[in-house]
Amino acid sequence: MSVAATAAREVSRVRSWRPSRDSRTAYLYLLPALLVMAAITFYPLVFQTYISFTDFRIQNLPPGSPGAEFIGVSNYQRILDNRLGIPNFDFFRIVLFNLWWALSNVVIHVIIGVGIAILLNTQGLRFKSAYRALFILPVVIPPIIIATVWANMFHADSGAINELLAILGGLFKVPAEAFEIDWLRQVQDPIPFIPLPLAFFALLAANTWLGWPLNSVVATGALQSIPRELYEAAEMDGAGAWQKFRNVTLIFLRPAMIPYAVYGFVITFNLFYLTYFMSGGGPFGRTELLVTQAFRLVNENRLYGVAAAFGVFMFFILLAITVFFNRATKATASYDT
Amino acid sequence: MSQPMTEVAGDQPIAINRPSRLKGLRRKRTSDSGERRLSRRRQAVLQALCVFIAFTVLFPILWVFALAIDPREGLMRPDSLLPAGATLDNFAAVLERPTSNPIGFLDLAKNSLILATVSSVISIGIGVTAAYAFSRLQFRGRQILMLGILAVLMLPPVVAIVPLFVQFNQISLDLPILGEFNLRQSLAGVGLAVISGLLPFAIWNLKGYLDTIPKELEEAAAVDGATRNQAFRMVILPLAIPALAVTAFLGFVAGWTEYYYSVIFLTGDVPQYTLAIALNTMVGQFATQTPWARFAAFAILFALPVSVVYLMLQRYIVSGLAIGGVKG
Repeated sequence: MSVAATAAREVSRVRSWRPSRDSRTAYLYLLPALLVMAAITFYPLVFQTYISFTDFRIQNLPPGSPGAEFIGVSNYQRILDNRLGIPNFDFFRIVLFNLWWALSNVVIHVIIGVGIAILLNTQGLRFKSAYRALFILPVVIPPIIIATVWANMFHADSGAINELLAILGGLFKVPAEAFEIDWLRQVQDPIPFIPLPLAFFALLAANTWLGWPLNSVVATGALQSIPRELYEAAEMDGAGAWQKFRNVTLIFLRPAMIPYAVYGFVITFNLFYLTYFMSGGGPFGRTELLVTQAFRLVNENRLYGVAAAFGVFMFFILLAITVFFNRATKATASYDT
Repeated sequence: MSQPMTEVAGDQPIAINRPSRLKGLRRKRTSDSGERRLSRRRQAVLQALCVFIAFTVLFPILWVFALAIDPREGLMRPDSLLPAGATLDNFAAVLERPTSNPIGFLDLAKNSLILATVSSVISIGIGVTAAYAFSRLQFRGRQILMLGILAVLMLPPVVAIVPLFVQFNQISLDLPILGEFNLRQSLAGVGLAVISGLLPFAIWNLKGYLDTIPKELEEAAAVDGATRNQAFRMVILPLAIPALAVTAFLGFVAGWTEYYYSVIFLTGDVPQYTLAIALNTMVGQFATQTPWARFAAFAILFALPVSVVYLMLQRYIVSGLAIGGVKG
């Protein structure tokens, strides 16, 4: 057989992988995942939308009990009007606080993360790799444990933060009684002209501990990809430290940090454990997030219809956030493009 | 991350800049040769800063260990890292019976282990073929399905509690020997709920990794006469092992620490309780007074196994997530 004929056959075999037969193969590869997701991922979302239009309560739960009454958009209306009969529920306050929570955290995480990455990237600094190994520790501990430990740390009577402050205060002869701060439940705002409770700052501190290390890892990767000649060239052009940072470092950091900051924003926006275990949404619901409120609607209030409608609201809020960021970063570009 | 590459890129020009030292430098690492040296004062200031940061990172961790070995039960706080009369009694007590519920630590851990292993293995098992289809094949509805998966990924698991709770609650069987079985009140129900969130994550994460495997490898296999399935099994799967391991591990951690569904679904049936439920009983919303010393011992036993493995896999996880999770 001639070489050309063999080659032609091979080409046709390779071709046979292409579009016409691809669809059938593709569906076979997709089938198991699609079946499972249809049953326990997509169908529940449809079902959720249906429940959100009914007055589904605990008495509708037992198998065989009468279906819940269809009440139209009443659940949605009641959420928007804060007429759920739940103390401290204020939908727009929760949404606003939630956005502020995510934004403030991410800004702090990125700044600290980049700062420490630059610090550890200093030429000639000793024990770099030891520090890098240490600083990754917050990442590897399960978030639920971190949240409960920080709840203990900020506890008024048995917490480490008050203990630490008392020790530091002792050096300046401040009596230990001055440090029985009820971090997570104090009603009075710590800073008079900023309407944020003390619990917010405690949560911010805990989440800063948790959040900066991964930012630092991402920033380190970007920093190490900067060719050193660029700095040398900048120096030859007479650039100072700040100019080198602005015109070289930042340019290389941006493409890595922006997608990661977006990812961090969404993660922080939906961060359940810290708020739930530390402040429990208090004082007076002022640190409540959408996720913690959604959990409470099921776990405490058992208002299934309302909780379903609340979930639909969350879907659209997150969709808006995602679309907004996608426009900015095009993070979902597909393989071929 | 990209360490090996940068060393090559960073070394060369410096060696070229100093021709007199060129010979010895080529193969040496950058750490002591190419780098500028810091003045002693600068070094000291930066070291102090690093030590301070290390202190803030380590403090909560050391605190938990100090708390766990503190012999004084109750609301006292430890005043040093090695409290007087340090003891392992708290660990013993927690292993025996962490909460007032009649179930020991090992039984809780067994339930969490089953939940984590089964849901993780199932989600990567059926997730990887779907990921392959999304990464390599053209088919009708690809865009729509990808958007659907992205939309689900965007939602926190809390949102799906209501429909899954109600749906699973409808599934009740009266079994001949085992008695009444309600899917909602069982570990199996929690597992399904976990998979409903893990599977889209697994597909997305694995697709991100498969996208980075060059198409040419498969094309070479095709030229050698391999079918699509053979190429998938013999070329793609072996190459994807690191990503599979990382995704499986992340799924395992999600199952091991699963909270929302466990707490809401598993009401009443104590033998099915998981570690997260016990933790919730100790420090959750309805816990009146937390035995902090025992809580600390419990938290250590809960977190240590997964944290140690995470630490070992950390390099791969971080770079894997950077590829799969962020870039898509």
